[in-house]
Amino acid sequence: MLNYLKTRIKQKYRTMAFPDGPPPELPDRFAGRPLVNGTCKKECSLCVSACPVNAVRINPESGGPVIDTGRCIFCRDCAESCPEEIIQFTGEYSLSASSPEDLLVQAGSQYNVPAGNELAEKLFSRSLKLRQVSAGGCNACEADTNVLGTLAWDIGRFGIQFVASPRHADGLLITGPVTENMRAALKKTYDAVPDPKIVIAVGACAISGGIYAGHPEQHNGAKDIVPVDLYIPGCPPHPMTILDGLLRFIGKVKG
Amino acid sequence: MSSPEFMKTGNGEALERDDVPVMDYRDLCSTIIDKKADGVRISAMPAWRTKEGGLRMMAVLSCPVSGEILMGACDVPDPWPSLTPDFPAVHWFEREIAETWHVKPAGHPWLKPIRFLPADDSNGAETTPPIGVTDFFSIQGEESHEVAVGPVHAGIIEPGHFRFLCHGEEVYHLEISLGYQHRGIERAMVGGPGPRSIHYMETLAGDTTAGHSAAYCMAVEAMAGIHVPPRAEAIRAIAAELERTASHIGDIGALAGDVGYLPTMSYCGRIRGDVLNMTALICGNRFGRSLIRPSGTAYDLERERIEMLISRLNTVEKDVKSAVELMFNAPSVLSRFEGIGTLSAETAGDIGLVGVAARASGLECDIRRDFPYGIYRFAQVYTSTWNTGDCFARAYVRWLEICASIEFIRELLLEMPEGPVSGDVPPLKENMFAVSMVEGWRGEICHVAATDSKGQFEFYKIVDPSFHNWFGLALALRNQQISDFPLCNKSFNLSYCGHDL
Repeated sequence: MLNYLKTRIKQKYRTMAFPDGPPPELPDRFAGRPLVNGTCKKECSLCVSACPVNAVRINPESGGPVIDTGRCIFCRDCAESCPEEIIQFTGEYSLSASSPEDLLVQAGSQYNVPAGNELAEKLFSRSLKLRQVSAGGCNACEADTNVLGTLAWDIGRFGIQFVASPRHADGLLITGPVTENMRAALKKTYDAVPDPKIVIAVGACAISGGIYAGHPEQHNGAKDIVPVDLYIPGCPPHPMTILDGLLRFIGKVKG
Repeated sequence: MSSPEFMKTGNGEALERDDVPVMDYRDLCSTIIDKKADGVRISAMPAWRTKEGGLRMMAVLSCPVSGEILMGACDVPDPWPSLTPDFPAVHWFEREIAETWHVKPAGHPWLKPIRFLPADDSNGAETTPPIGVTDFFSIQGEESHEVAVGPVHAGIIEPGHFRFLCHGEEVYHLEISLGYQHRGIERAMVGGPGPRSIHYMETLAGDTTAGHSAAYCMAVEAMAGIHVPPRAEAIRAIAAELERTASHIGDIGALAGDVGYLPTMSYCGRIRGDVLNMTALICGNRFGRSLIRPSGTAYDLERERIEMLISRLNTVEKDVKSAVELMFNAPSVLSRFEGIGTLSAETAGDIGLVGVAARASGLECDIRRDFPYGIYRFAQVYTSTWNTGDCFARAYVRWLEICASIEFIRELLLEMPEGPVSGDVPPLKENMFAVSMVEGWRGEICHVAATDSKGQFEFYKIVDPSFHNWFGLALALRNQQISDFPLCNKSFNLSYCGHDL
């Protein structure tokens, strides 16, 4: 018994102060929300060809790059290819969006905080039960969603919980590009969730197919199979990005 | 009978495709069976269509005693007499070839699809079975019943289908049916290396990013004829050992959770995050994405960063020691771990088990020691084994490996070689084979690459340790209580996506 107490004291109190206090410090090399800083002086489109997942295109009006954070895997190859260093990856972890248009980043664009989902704020702000479905996920998005349940993050204090049955859930949290072999299972799980229900797509794969976009074995993300209410970009998203997205969604974090 | 000689090569070396002998199928089989007596393992068995339209298969054997890799090829007759009855470790490989190429290994004891490839991906098959529909074993008799679980499981976990054939509470057999995660990675690698190739490797099993990206880079570097600077080799090894440490700490925490021992579960869940954050300190990503690249690494470690890593490592070591020792000193935990899900060394050897699970059954196998690559050629890691083959052994080997890895990371950080961390990558040479093997945190990772006459991948075969080990889990469950499945499953903690590709 004494050992238990000694160990308990040694291990200390570890739950983070966020959202009442500061978020945990992220590493200096962390790639968060991209920033298009200024306009291109010459046409080169090197960033477009550097991107392995077609997340970068040139806006014909401005001539500058547009980055789709829903496709982006945050490899930073575009930033490295840019001779004018216009593309930068900031340490900003807030990335979630309530529509695919809000995932686009270009010169002068502001981060559109997901307009707190009305249904979610009204019904689920104090209790949100989610059923997680991995539909071709590589176990990175899954692992960093799972981590929110550990005592450092303690997502239970916000009333958010991952439950074992879709029948007990208010919605789905989907990872992976939705493989053809998981399509029917995903649809059935969605149908088993009682109405009203919400869907959250976590990671580049679940939003757009990510690295697997275009493969005939998958469906370029969840949105063509089930309606998606919240997009949380990343490959995988940092747990802070996922937590921030969930809390904004239910109206616990604003601004 | 003297058997024809296989081509010998080394880990991470390339050779001309013509150097690999193409023999008669029967000669190939008899050679494989002969070699089995010498302790040789089957590491990969790729098959591909030749220009003439025939199907060719290659056995890639690894010999831990000599550190050599042996390769021999043959044209596959249809049907071919299955090798599985004489050499059970090839059973999953034969099922893979049968499913992918629509040929039949006659006499295979359980020939069923392993991935349920969708029609588009199935080399012109007219019909493919829908996912999860196959002739499962069944059990009949009084008080016998079957329990089907999945593909969607209770926790945050990847999809797979399990079917328990039970008599009362006792499991007679567990049938595991996978394929739900199939994303077509090997198909997409053909014609590469392309812009996405390295990203496929980093995400084919997202929790083994350092393992698979290193294996890929070794194959590419061998075929391009370049060497990796020692400093980059050290950083790769640090990333790989951090990956091992983080995963093992997480697994021990989860095992504690599965027997209801909450203190260690809670502590380890957090400490695992601290280790992932050390990887993020190196490259910005908790899973080591964008770190390992052909020719070296994308990031270097400055002095301040090395010092910070060492200080964090010391803290992790202290924390994990107190958390894990608490568990191994609790008789209530030990009584739940011991004698559960036992696999004998003999069975483990027969079915070709690898990694933690094999070492927990007393098999001394470790690619880092037997087929040293990268920095492991110059610095040795202690190989940890235990001989009881049960859940306790799989937990305890993990703990021994955590201690060894932490020690090894510290040594590397204190003695980092100087110099650059990357260089140029010339195009790959034409008509080559390369085999690269890495000890991932789950066990032996084997990649086999082949280039065509233009220096592009004609095929790229990936064997994740889970490919060898899923059947081990099925056997470990025999004669166990069905309620012990979560514990046994966690003690293996295999990859679904690494298997399904």
